[in-house]
Amino acid sequence: MSSAASTGNSASTGNQQPTHTPIGLIAFAWTLVGVPLAYGLYQTVKTASSLFGG
Amino acid sequence: MAVPAFLARERIVARPGFNRWLIPPAALAVHLCIGQAYATSVYKTALVEHFDTSLTAIGIIFSIAIVMLGLSAAVFGKWVDRNGPRAAMATSAVFWVTGFLVGSLGIATEQLWLLYLGYGVIGGIGLGIGYISPVSTLIKWFPDRPGLATGMAIMGFGGGALIASPLSRQLMNLYDPDYDGTAGTVPSGEAVALLFLTLAVLYALFMSFGALIVRVPADGWKPDGFDPSTVKSKALVTTDNVSADNAIRTPQFWLLWIVLFCNVTAGIGILEQAAPMIQDFFRDGETSAVAAATAAGFVGLLSLFNMGGRFVWSSTSDYIGRKPIYMIYLGVGIVLYVILATLGSTATWIFVLTAAVIISFYGGGFATIPAYLRDLFGTFQVGAIHGRLLTAWSAAGIAGPLIINGVLDMAEGEPGELVAGDYRPALFIMVGLLVVGFIANLLVKPVADKWHEPKSAPSPSTQEASAVR
Repeated sequence: MSSAASTGNSASTGNQQPTHTPIGLIAFAWTLVGVPLAYGLYQTVKTASSLFGG
Repeated sequence: MAVPAFLARERIVARPGFNRWLIPPAALAVHLCIGQAYATSVYKTALVEHFDTSLTAIGIIFSIAIVMLGLSAAVFGKWVDRNGPRAAMATSAVFWVTGFLVGSLGIATEQLWLLYLGYGVIGGIGLGIGYISPVSTLIKWFPDRPGLATGMAIMGFGGGALIASPLSRQLMNLYDPDYDGTAGTVPSGEAVALLFLTLAVLYALFMSFGALIVRVPADGWKPDGFDPSTVKSKALVTTDNVSADNAIRTPQFWLLWIVLFCNVTAGIGILEQAAPMIQDFFRDGETSAVAAATAAGFVGLLSLFNMGGRFVWSSTSDYIGRKPIYMIYLGVGIVLYVILATLGSTATWIFVLTAAVIISFYGGGFATIPAYLRDLFGTFQVGAIHGRLLTAWSAAGIAGPLIINGVLDMAEGEPGELVAGDYRPALFIMVGLLVVGFIANLLVKPVADKWHEPKSAPSPSTQEASAVR
């Protein structure tokens, strides 16, 4: 993810103060959704592995 | 209908410099929760015993929820686009969580109608609003990669089931130690009621987080280095906009409705009976070469391909185009269904591989359709148009099980006691449906100029000005 493409530019917000999104917040948000998803994936792969275990 | 100021679209317009990679987790926070709708089978048997009723009477709860998903997405789509994703996600959370709370009360007091009303009707409304809002938001943040954007969100819906199934088993085991999740043990109704309460709290927190961090791009925002004229050069992709009211007057909308209906109905044909189907395909007399545990593994594998297909195929569509990828979903799907019907019982690997790829196309079809809509109708009211198209899902949710169950009813015996030949008529009906979908996709052409909004119009907040022509 390139920083420039991530933040972009706007035609109609020229008079607004620019903002900066803390990388920590982005990492926290991705972790919050990533951890349960990883748990679900792990559990499902464990179940699916019985298909190949005979 | 006005919304509180802190939820209003105007309050969440991103300032210059906002990083758009905060939006996918906001979308996932909602879709991972509402995706629980696909994990209802974990407590189905418990509810049958608790209410002393039939499997059909309990299965209706899921059907009501999916029908309400389509209806609410269609009815509230314009409201969602007008008021923005924070209001929509918060509203979705209120309905979804209330659905669990009312459902829990229904289970605790042994009143099945409360479960229909709670999880089915109220929760179903939350499903519809929660499904479309993150998708249309991500499309606006990723005009350069709409397939990736919709794939990320709708992958979350598939992922929600992957999380909710094992989590529900573990929670029910906590609330009812006699239930250990293995075949033959059934959790008590009280454990399911407590599960509903727990999920309500978890989902309230998660969905609120999504609503809190979500933002909409300012009018005219585009990622650096992105030139909208480059997408216009692609066939079928427009930089113009069509309102939801006008979209449903175009043949393109109804052709895509048919495409989605056929693709989803065909996928449901396998998903509906996955576990007994694999055992029946390899049955020799009374016994099947596929054990119950292996069949459960097959269902798990299908879930993985369902989720993976949503992300992988939808992202791929950014490179090869929306129409060609549906040619693959439907055209290759036809070939795979024929292989499944004719050669599926000759080797387990053929059965598993063909079914898994078909299900990946099923997931891919769901995830790619909003990007297809965006290509044809623009971003102006894509959420509302998507919402109206989801009625195809509701219709498929009724037609798919009707077809497969209707055909199996004609065979002697129940799923789990049949043979491969009993499934063939249903599989060939699915082939016919995929042919219809393939032709419908082939007929999709760019939307006529007369349906486009005036060039100055498009801000969702001003959509009331959109006139129906």
